[in-house]
Amino acid sequence: MSIRVYDLAHSRAGDKGDTINISVIAYDAAGYQHLGRYLTCERVMETFASLAKGPCRRFELPKLLAYNFVIERALDGGVTRSMRMDIHGKSLSSLMLTIELPDMETARSDEYDH
Amino acid sequence: MTTHPLRIGSGAGYAGDRWEPALELIEKGEIDFICFECLAERTIAREALSRRNRQSEGYNPLLAERIRSVLPAARKHGVRIISNMGAANPEAAAEAVVEIARAAGLAGTKVAALLGDDVLNWVLAHPEEHFLETGEPIESVHSDIVSANAYLGADAIGQAIETGAHVIVTGRVADPSLFLAPVLATYRWSENDPRLGQGTVMGHLLECAGQITGGYFADPGKKDVPEPWALGFPFADVWEDGRVRIGKVAGSGGRIDRMTCTEQLLYEMHDPAAYVTPDCVLDVTELEFKEVGPDLVEVIGARAKPRPDKLKVSVGYLEGFIGEGQISYAGINAVARARLADEIVRRRLELRGYKYDDLRVELIGLETLHGPEGEKGKRPEPYEVRLRVAGRTRDRRAAEVVGQEVETLLTNGPAGGAADFKTVREILRVQSVLIPRSEVRARVKVFEA
Repeated sequence: MSIRVYDLAHSRAGDKGDTINISVIAYDAAGYQHLGRYLTCERVMETFASLAKGPCRRFELPKLLAYNFVIERALDGGVTRSMRMDIHGKSLSSLMLTIELPDMETARSDEYDH
Repeated sequence: MTTHPLRIGSGAGYAGDRWEPALELIEKGEIDFICFECLAERTIAREALSRRNRQSEGYNPLLAERIRSVLPAARKHGVRIISNMGAANPEAAAEAVVEIARAAGLAGTKVAALLGDDVLNWVLAHPEEHFLETGEPIESVHSDIVSANAYLGADAIGQAIETGAHVIVTGRVADPSLFLAPVLATYRWSENDPRLGQGTVMGHLLECAGQITGGYFADPGKKDVPEPWALGFPFADVWEDGRVRIGKVAGSGGRIDRMTCTEQLLYEMHDPAAYVTPDCVLDVTELEFKEVGPDLVEVIGARAKPRPDKLKVSVGYLEGFIGEGQISYAGINAVARARLADEIVRRRLELRGYKYDDLRVELIGLETLHGPEGEKGKRPEPYEVRLRVAGRTRDRRAAEVVGQEVETLLTNGPAGGAADFKTVREILRVQSVLIPRSEVRARVKVFEA
């Protein structure tokens, strides 16, 4: 079974040049832990493959229960020359929230198996 | 909280922002200063082009309307105004404000223009410097450069505040510095004061106005925002010891809590341990938000590392054109008709011998924002789709042809095409270089109504 990032967190995207940053802010500590384990840069780049070349970095803010994903070469050259409609990449927070991860139950049995 | 804090309001988060929230803050917010952040990355380059055409232009085209709507109330309530609406011509902007003050019968209104961010001559004289983003030398675009502006800091804006001006107009300054400046001018924090972290994060949280009070936040049923049509804009209380609280006028729409504050904190931030501004390098890794009342949040634990030796410069230059055309299809087989339209346009451009540095074809309603279908397989077919074709080229004629070829689909393309649209825009690209502080001289010119 799977769970969406949307069920665990909220998000906002911001642009700077050709780099996008997307915050993923957990609703609670359990969600923060779960995202920490499964929402890796590798997992994010699977979903963003057609939009961003990367690299991707993930910063952790445990006091805010938040992650900050910073993805380079993500905005078709950036707001001043992009040919996209969404030149700022503002809608990409919504894409982040669609990502599906193993749900908490599955994660627990995974742990048991290992 | 024993002593009275300095209260700073945020009147606009971008050039075209809503008008009434600023007035509400001035009239009911008991604020000392109100700051309007109205200058996006490339706006100053566009304004530099306007100034080239007409010497009296080059500042924010909405300045007159915005200042007219807030100046009488600001003077009445003793609220001082700071804004980067000066864009590429702060002097002309200050003169325009003086005119408005006179017309409103506000004689004695002092207006200060902050100058010195324009470093075009330095950039043109250093073709060997490299752009931070692409690593290309300035030399490669030298003849296409239209503007170069250094991000001035709170110390420079402070010089303008010291003059006692009621209104301060700047060109390029770092956004958080607009809000930090009155704090520095009031409390006289020095260049290496650790409280600069709290002051800078306050500026960062306020710079997008409604984005911290429930704007850009609502998701019905999941994250609801009360009365978003009457969103209140934020103010910050800043105490001399560095305490910061974010609030809004009681009774206004929107919300301020840990969720809205955290989204805005990380907005446009990369490394949370190193957010570089002209005033300090901000570190928010230990920061916490504490809800201390309804729509009232205390900001705790922002730290500052020493400010950088060099300032960032935005260099604007012309880089050709983007031509674009759109046309819609609806009903049965709409996607297939739109895909055929796409093929027709691409083949027509090829037949006519036009070449593009990049040609982008996509269906709005299916794949425009999040890219083509990916891991989740086929998306449900929408009832309506809109074909969008965009081409980037150095040749203006080739850019125009993109929209024309989309338009001719009306009589020559698939059945049922409708609601066509075409446009050509000139690309004003912006990249950055660094400049030593010693090469930048901020100065202030004062005008009086």
